[in-house]
Amino acid sequence: MAYRQNSGANGSAMALARGLGWFSIGLALAEMLIPRMLTQQMGMEGKEPLLRFYGARELAAGIGILVSDNPGPWLWGRVAGDALDLATLATALNEQNRRKGNVAIALAAVAGVTALDCISAQALGGGANGKGQLVHDYSDRRGMPRPPDEMRGAARTDFTAPRDMRTPDALRPFTSQPTPERTFAEHSRV
Amino acid sequence: MRALCWHGKEDIRCDRVPDPQIEHPRDAIVKVSSTAICGSDLHLYDGFMPGMKSGDIMGHEFMGEVVEVGSENKKLKVGDRVVVPFTIICGECDQCKRGNFSVCERTNRNRDMADKVFGHTTAGLFGYTHLTGGYPGGQAEYVRVPYADVAPIKISKNGLSDEQVLFLSDIFPTGWQAAVQCDIEPTDTVAIWGAGPVGQMTIRSAILLGAKHVIAIDRLPERLSMARAGGAITIDFEEESVIDRLNDLTDGKGPEKCIDAVGLEAHATATIDSMYDRAKQILMLETDRPHVLREIFYVCRPAGTVSMPGVYGGLLDKIPMGMFMNKGLTLRTGQTHVNRWTDDLLHRIEEGQIDPSFVITHKVSLEDGPRMYKTFRDKKDGCVKVVLKT
Repeated sequence: MAYRQNSGANGSAMALARGLGWFSIGLALAEMLIPRMLTQQMGMEGKEPLLRFYGARELAAGIGILVSDNPGPWLWGRVAGDALDLATLATALNEQNRRKGNVAIALAAVAGVTALDCISAQALGGGANGKGQLVHDYSDRRGMPRPPDEMRGAARTDFTAPRDMRTPDALRPFTSQPTPERTFAEHSRV
Repeated sequence: MRALCWHGKEDIRCDRVPDPQIEHPRDAIVKVSSTAICGSDLHLYDGFMPGMKSGDIMGHEFMGEVVEVGSENKKLKVGDRVVVPFTIICGECDQCKRGNFSVCERTNRNRDMADKVFGHTTAGLFGYTHLTGGYPGGQAEYVRVPYADVAPIKISKNGLSDEQVLFLSDIFPTGWQAAVQCDIEPTDTVAIWGAGPVGQMTIRSAILLGAKHVIAIDRLPERLSMARAGGAITIDFEEESVIDRLNDLTDGKGPEKCIDAVGLEAHATATIDSMYDRAKQILMLETDRPHVLREIFYVCRPAGTVSMPGVYGGLLDKIPMGMFMNKGLTLRTGQTHVNRWTDDLLHRIEEGQIDPSFVITHKVSLEDGPRMYKTFRDKKDGCVKVVLKT
């Protein structure tokens, strides 16, 4: 058996990705359904429309991660979204903000999740199909004694499709001959 | 005895269970020598098939030695080496007499349940849902074979290994029937979605039946390499457009014969419809992911034939029946009428025309079965087909 470079999904990275997908959806629901409560906690009143927009972005990323066999690109999308979140939170980290302690906690949390996003996305490489890993090469597994071109049609000499599985004559190429009637018993000794 | 038992989604265990007993005079007890994990076992493993109960013994591809026979069983004797088809058949009902063995009217012991769910019952199956009888399966040391005077295939010729004949139980006849249902002409292009074990058997069957071109569609390089070895032109659906490539290969007309060897767990990811299916499946609004079927209806040549050996489990959404009807396509499907083909296929194996063991990539002990379910499901380690030795 030969090997060559290519694919293979990483199970633990995939599990982490799925977890992040569900986290995205949870965060998205919070941002879309209770934006006022969140902005009040951050001292960012008036930013509710922006938060709803971020929620929609999170929802798309979460669904993308969960429904895809190849969540890598969606995770990198999450990383970009995390950067946006960090930048937005950073604007609220100033002396005038009475809630800047909460903002600092949120910044730390987002940074932690960003790290997980990066780890998961990197572990999945180019995706679940992870181009770049070793895979098996089964090009020697013909299953037939001679090359396929020599085996082509080998069964046509002693087999015709049973009547109930034939293409109706009206649908055959007009150049072909109608299939001769043969009984089921002629095809099989069952 | 030891047996691989289903205990829930992604939970298969090698348990100690009571040995089977003769329950009817037509029964036989088979001591299993080799058994395999089938792609349709994964539908149970992944929790997509309703009607499973904790403790159910898995497996419907198995063979071994007859160690006990019922008093009315005149076909088998102790010591016979047999391959057991996955469909349990009576051989006497109207459907069996027509060769439609997979819809035998008598062997599903949960017929009332099947009548309610399917409209009319289908045959009993080994190691599958209780909708098909809930018969204990073959991933075990011993199996009770009901109606054992009908279906089991005696292997009397010496020199044939288990690995050469085991797949007469399911995937070889399934691939063969998938190709036969297309009634292949020497001018035909046959496109096969899925290069898993059934897809591989279908490729070789289509070659033997004389298809001009055979095209295999998958995304896993190891499976595509095996498909090419069998004579197929391959399409990696993650690297190129299946529809564009099929049209290129057929002068824009589409393949005359299309075969869905994928079924309900299609893995396409980059299309809107497959994402839609995934989302609906997560929300439990759809049971199956029929991306392949939609693609086939779209690309198949008008007046062409669609053969569907891939297993579907329940309710499918957004199937373009308008396209199907207006193009005048023919759809042939169903579980495999295994015994309709096995004598002929055994003869082809004996004659050396084909050796189905080419598909085996992993041979392990029964105890390793639970681990191999995961390996097979995740398509790790180049896994295409797993054989378990007891």
